[in-house]
Formats: sequence, structure tokens, C-alpha cells
Amino acid sequence: MNENSHTGWYFLLVVVILYAVAGILGPDMVSPALEFSSKIIINVIPIFALIFAITAAFNYFVSPRAISRYLGKTSGIKKWIIAIVGGIISTGPIYMWYPLLKDLKRKGVSYGFIAAFLYNRAVKIPLMPMLIFYFGLPFTAILTALMIVFSIVQGIIFEELERGGFV
Amino acid sequence: MGKAKEAVSKAGKAIYNNIPVFLGIILLIGLVNAMIPRTAYAALFSNNIVSDSIIGSGIGSVLIGNPITSYILGGEFLAQGVSLVAVTAFIVAWVTVGIVQMPAESLLLGRRFAILRNATSFVLSVIVAIITVFVMGLI
Repeated sequence: MNENSHTGWYFLLVVVILYAVAGILGPDMVSPALEFSSKIIINVIPIFALIFAITAAFNYFVSPRAISRYLGKTSGIKKWIIAIVGGIISTGPIYMWYPLLKDLKRKGVSYGFIAAFLYNRAVKIPLMPMLIFYFGLPFTAILTALMIVFSIVQGIIFEELERGGFV
Repeated sequence: MGKAKEAVSKAGKAIYNNIPVFLGIILLIGLVNAMIPRTAYAALFSNNIVSDSIIGSGIGSVLIGNPITSYILGGEFLAQGVSLVAVTAFIVAWVTVGIVQMPAESLLLGRRFAILRNATSFVLSVIVAIITVFVMGLI
């Protein structure tokens, strides 16, 4: 068990303590609070099963090493496509990618490409069932499309900033 | 370990490690729901498309964690009557702005890059939220 998972358990413990305090100060609150929470849990459990399946499939077909082979290799429209696809399919915590991106920067990759790649990491295909569950398919599709478009906008902004010597 | 077994085990571990956080957040939502009346949200969100999205982005920028947490929180905010534009800005900023990760980002990719990337991501989260809600209104 890593340090992060310990933090999660501490957080849960703090919430349990809050419930205990609420139980002392206002016992009437606890039962409706638990009822409300259990409804959410029942609703999201099937979604987690789907997320688990998609995450496992992603882990099977996509490896960070394979992605890193393609990053920063091309220019023009292809470069943006690689930033989009690479960002979307890249897995793991964001800080894991910083050293690789630093290395790419040293090899001449633009800040625009790095910014676009990082922005696309926000598009999480394995987690989409939860987004669809809460907000619906049209919202998820529109938001995802806009985020991809604006990742390029941010990339272009950074290319201009870099050209102007601001970054 | 076979590749398929490793993929399933990694996915299982990722979800298992996040269970206490999800459970804690869901229990906290239940408690907040029981303690705070719906009218309280109206005091924070004025239903102004720009200020609501800025507040949503501001909250999303300082909170960290798995994006699923932001979806669950956002969904419940929406059920409590918070505007869609505020919730959208919140979930976009949650995943694109990383105030907490900024020191690491600064160290490896440069301070100016980290500050500018997070600042532009904040502004873009407001713009993306407003356009998303506008397009949703058209369909």
C-alpha cells in the first residue's frame, strides 16, 4: 500500500469522526445523511465496474513507454494529433510525465506541444461512464470535443509565447 | 505475471486505492446535504454565467484528486441547484489546473511555463464551460 492510499484512509477516518461529532450535536442529521450517501453508492457501483473494465483494457493495450516513443517526433498537424492522442491515452499520475516532458523539451520539443499534451490528459476515456452517468452523453461529447479543441488553442498560445520569448 | 493479469491487477489496485477517498467524499456529500439547506448555494452562486464559472473554476483549481471525485461532486452540486456552467467550470479546472502540482511542474518544466500554463488553463476552463453550456442550450 503506498503513501497515497494511506492518505485516503485518513481522509475516510476524518469523515467518520465528523459523522460521530454530527451524531452528538444533531442526531437527526446522521440518518438522512447516510441514506443520501447510500443512494449515491448504490447508483455508482455499476459504473465503477465499467470503469474497472475499461481501465484494465487501457492498461493492456497502452503502455507509457510506447506513447513516449511517438511524442515530439513530428511537426504540423501531425504534431497536434500526437499531442491529443498521447495526452488522452497516457495513464498514471501527472508528475510521472514531467521528467519525460523535460527530456523532450531539451530535445527541442515546443512548449506548445507539452501544454497541449498536458491539457489532453484531462480527457479520461476510462472514466467517461461516470461523466455520462451524471451529465449525460451529449454533455460528455460536447465537453470532450471542446477540451480537445482548446488543448490546441493552448498549444498555439504557448508556441506564440515561446516565439516571443515569454516562456 | 501475464500481460492481461497485470493489466487487470493494475486497474484493480487503482480503484482499490481510491475507494476510501470516494467513500469519504460520498459520505461527506451526504452530511453536507443534511446540514446545509439548498438555499445556501444560491448565496455563493448568483446564476451569472461569468461569475458562476469563475467561482466554479476557482474551487476546481485548488481541489485535487481523481477526476471521478469531481464528477460525483459536480453531479451532486448540480442536483443541489448549482448552475451547469459553474459545475462544468469546476470539473474542467479540477483536471486542467493543478495548483498543488505547480512546484513539481515548475521544477521540471520551468516556473514561467508552470504559472502561465495553469493561468491559461484557468481562463480556458471558464471559456470551455460557457461554450459547453451554450451548445447544450442549442440541442
